[in-house]
Amino acid sequence: MKSRSLLLTGAHRLAILAYVVFALFPLFWLLKVSVTPNDLLYSEGVRMWPSRMTFEHFNFVIAHSAFPTFFKNSLIVSGATAVVVTVLASLSGYALSRFSFRAKYWIVALMLITQMFPLVMLVAPIFKMLSPLGLTNSLTGLVIVYSAFNVPFATFLMQSFFDGIPKDLEEAAMIDGATQFIAFRQIILPLTLPGIAATLGFVFTAAWSELLFALMLISGNDAATFPVGLLTFVSKFSVDFGQMMAAGVLALIPACLFFLLIQRYLVQGLTAGAVKG
Amino acid sequence: MMHQPMKHNRPPMMKRIADASEPYLYSAPALILIVAVMLVPLVVGISYAFRDIQLLNPFSGGFVGLDHFRALGQDQAFYGALRNTLWWTGASVFLQFTFGLILALLLDKPFYGRGLVQALVFLPWAVPSFLAGLNWAWLFNPVIGPLPHWFYALGLMDEPHNILSDPHLAMWGPIAANVWWGIPFFAITLLAALQAIPRDLYEAASIDGAGPVQRFWSITLPFLAPTIAITVLLRTVWISNFADLIVVMTNGGPADRTQIVASYIFTQAFKRLDFGYASAIALVLLALLLVYSMLIVLLRQTMLNKG
Repeated sequence: MKSRSLLLTGAHRLAILAYVVFALFPLFWLLKVSVTPNDLLYSEGVRMWPSRMTFEHFNFVIAHSAFPTFFKNSLIVSGATAVVVTVLASLSGYALSRFSFRAKYWIVALMLITQMFPLVMLVAPIFKMLSPLGLTNSLTGLVIVYSAFNVPFATFLMQSFFDGIPKDLEEAAMIDGATQFIAFRQIILPLTLPGIAATLGFVFTAAWSELLFALMLISGNDAATFPVGLLTFVSKFSVDFGQMMAAGVLALIPACLFFLLIQRYLVQGLTAGAVKG
Repeated sequence: MMHQPMKHNRPPMMKRIADASEPYLYSAPALILIVAVMLVPLVVGISYAFRDIQLLNPFSGGFVGLDHFRALGQDQAFYGALRNTLWWTGASVFLQFTFGLILALLLDKPFYGRGLVQALVFLPWAVPSFLAGLNWAWLFNPVIGPLPHWFYALGLMDEPHNILSDPHLAMWGPIAANVWWGIPFFAITLLAALQAIPRDLYEAASIDGAGPVQRFWSITLPFLAPTIAITVLLRTVWISNFADLIVVMTNGGPADRTQIVASYIFTQAFKRLDFGYASAIALVLLALLLVYSMLIVLLRQTMLNKG
């Protein structure tokens, strides 16, 4: 019996290890190539680590290219989108979770539909709508578009977190005389912090990765986000893998940092003790 | 409000209106944004499907009726893209979900270093999708990547070559990248649902003599079912529309063998700048996805009514 549970534990750890290796290997390879000197790139193609390391690719990307600007633009766009979406989705997710009202079915249907249609379809109409408003080639335009795209899923996400919190909590507060909005803000929202963190993380990474609309709506270098910049870079210096991957590693940094910061809140079961205790 | 003691016959008129409008106030900002930036352009885009719209041609814009759809009916590349979409979506969702569920179950057990492991295995999700595409395209490249050489060493290949240029295997490239990228999504969502299951239930079931397999089937799975239904529904639709990886890795090739409908729309729109035809294809895809989602919603409703 004891050896069987030991075997199970071993299998569990082994499976975990396999997942970790699978998740990290491509990123490790990205890093490896970004520090490989050009003359060793092909001759040591399948070595796990180059015999000589260099930071010349990073140096070039940071000092002699427009990537710092792209980086800043992406940071602004993703951060603003994440905040806007999380505020809107908390409100609408709460409405869907706690109220039964006539239009609820239609709101859910509308949000599901927005999850379904190919966004490519919107490229031309959105371009034509934003153009006269002066919102093309502008970071604000991107924030508006990305916020709209991310609100429906974020709403469902927040709703599921609200659903996990017992109604007794705000009902108790309302019996004590609080309005529903105060109960929502002071009791339910703090309990949903893991959900809020998850939503922020999801939306930030989604906005950071978006390529299609950024390509369409942004034409100059000044307002280009990182994906647009990297793609331009790829087409311009198509074989310079070292520099490309160095830029890629830089693009990873904020997304990964943000993700590492919030990931422990992602799946924290805060509600477990709230009603019991 | 329901639980407030009501001494009066009925609450004042203003209060009833305020109460009735409350959910609308909560959802209004999100709804306004969605309608303005998605619904209105969607309707405009649908109208493009019946018009001759070429972005750079100021003289286009005329009404062409069903011409685009007639052309589409004859378009062999479109039928190929339809088949590829099924294969791409089915394989990606199945593998992402299966490995995501296993990962969630593995992480649900407490062990030393779980926080760190969780951070590491969720990391691929933070990788921008086009970068994931580039990264994997590169791993499959025999000049710089290790994978072909490993496949060769394992005897899976006669010589180290790039599967992305092999018509029969090319689709596995984007699918591999997609699975790598998408496992964390399912794992996070399922793990959150797993941890919301009251632990007392497991304790009670244990006391009543239920084994681990029985507990999984009679507690874990029923609790996860709604989460599974909604994530699989959303993810299936999402992935079938998800062209980034394919565009970055193979651009639909070789010989259109990795061209899915979404990347075909992209090609029509951005290479040929033919937004009318692209919108017509998108409309067909939209109809198919709508049918699919209706089926899922009906299924879920039936299941909920039974339960």
